[in-house]
Amino acid sequence: MAKLEVRKGSKVFKKDGQTIYALQETNMQIEDKKFVSIIGPSGCGKSTLFNIIAGLLKPSTGHVLLDGHDIVGKSGYVGYMLQKDLLLPWRTILDNIILGLEVKGVSKKDGRKRALPMLQKYGLKGFESHYPNELSGGMRQRAALLRTLLYDKDVILLDEPFGALDAQTRLLMQTWLLKIWEDFKKTILFVTHDIDEAIYLSDEIYVMSHRPGRMKAKVTVNLPRPRNELTLSHDSFIQLKQDLLAMLKEEQVT
Amino acid sequence: MDGNDEHVDLTQSKIEFISKPDKEIETELEIEDETKKSRKTKRVALFGQIVLGIVIIALWEILTRLKVIDPYYWSSPSLIVQTGLQVLKEGSLYTDLLYTAGATILGFILGTIGGAILGLSFWWSSLYSRITEPYMVAFNAIPKLALAPVLVILFGIGFNSKVVLAFMMTIIVTALAAYSGVKAVDQDLERLLYSLGAKRYHVFSKVVVPTSMPWIVSSLKINIALSLAGTIVGEFISAQHGIGRMILYAGQVMNINLVWVGVVVLSILSIVMYFGTLYLEKWLLKGH
Repeated sequence: MAKLEVRKGSKVFKKDGQTIYALQETNMQIEDKKFVSIIGPSGCGKSTLFNIIAGLLKPSTGHVLLDGHDIVGKSGYVGYMLQKDLLLPWRTILDNIILGLEVKGVSKKDGRKRALPMLQKYGLKGFESHYPNELSGGMRQRAALLRTLLYDKDVILLDEPFGALDAQTRLLMQTWLLKIWEDFKKTILFVTHDIDEAIYLSDEIYVMSHRPGRMKAKVTVNLPRPRNELTLSHDSFIQLKQDLLAMLKEEQVT
Repeated sequence: MDGNDEHVDLTQSKIEFISKPDKEIETELEIEDETKKSRKTKRVALFGQIVLGIVIIALWEILTRLKVIDPYYWSSPSLIVQTGLQVLKEGSLYTDLLYTAGATILGFILGTIGGAILGLSFWWSSLYSRITEPYMVAFNAIPKLALAPVLVILFGIGFNSKVVLAFMMTIIVTALAAYSGVKAVDQDLERLLYSLGAKRYHVFSKVVVPTSMPWIVSSLKINIALSLAGTIVGEFISAQHGIGRMILYAGQVMNINLVWVGVVVLSILSIVMYFGTLYLEKWLLKGH
């Protein structure tokens, strides 16, 4: 059984008398502990799809199944992280990371106790009591991701988490993310419009079409793990990149 | 052409390494000490503030003594101090100050807290806030001091009517400020909290209240002047005690010096309240 399944999910709304398809009927089956990316032109409905899976948006049709249970319209079942780090500026890094635990009813003290070793292990040692505005973009994204991880859900949605970072930091963060994924054994669903990033990280890549968005292709990435900088110059990496570029080129507005 | 192609191979990129300098560059650096610098600026500013104050008071004294400005209307620092000490000795100034400060501070606290609660409550329902907002704006536009005579009749000539006036002066301003804060809440932050399984009260306490805090705090300083004005006008209309009553009485008997004593005491009261709010601000905006 698939870990996460989107069955005939779609979103349609009306504005000024016009019917707008934000997402056409979409089917996805994500297996447990896989790293799956979704790429597509901007405005193709990637974020709509994520909001539906996260239960923040009700789809017009269809269902979202987590371990076979319908979670349509119910939030709190999957971890979710956006491009903006959304750290609360008035809380220290440590207190930001325990936000999900606090909402669950864990006391601040217990939450801190649980979060501290994780923070120190994953590159934020010494920054526990700093405020977000004292950290670099990469560090802030680390904190945001640790917050999502500490919330401890099997499935994590990442919506262009590294989109605002510079190229070098981004590569560091990707390697960091792969390490975390291997350590925590989560199922990750990752939205990006960076083809390199998608190939480098994923087991599978879904390609979406231009608006109205629908799934156009599913690509299986057959690159050995663990991956590192050398993967980026692998022959099959380059081949796959060319194929995906060609596919996305078709989707450009004509 | 052919010969050139052999020498210049355009496909060949090249990496050249640049060696590190053997020794660390030795220069005499001028290191700027930022904390020292800012501390110095602060000291200079404080010194300037004190000097400016002394100059103004001295000018006032000198110009009134030289009769360049009329000492009958403008009094003078020395006369104000003299009159002030006199009423202090008589003991009436204490009682008056106690009444005025009490009513102002109580009205200020009730108005600020009430306004903050009212403004923050608008987050809970957009329908409720839409229906209420125009009435709030309208109520804010009413010159509430014009209602003072009615309020004094309603709540009596004692302490209560002054508190109510100070309260009414501050509550709507604070509510509108808090509501601006509510409107500035980042929708994505709300989404994030919901994705973490948060209920509405979580979002309210962890995002809405802290986001609105700077807005609420910014209304504190305005509220000092507003609540003080409310109390004084209340005392002008009818009161047995209070600095406002003292000023009115002094004006009626042409004791201009005493009027000035009242004004100075009120200034001191508002300065004390100002420093109180600075302290409050620091505490409320921890981490902001």
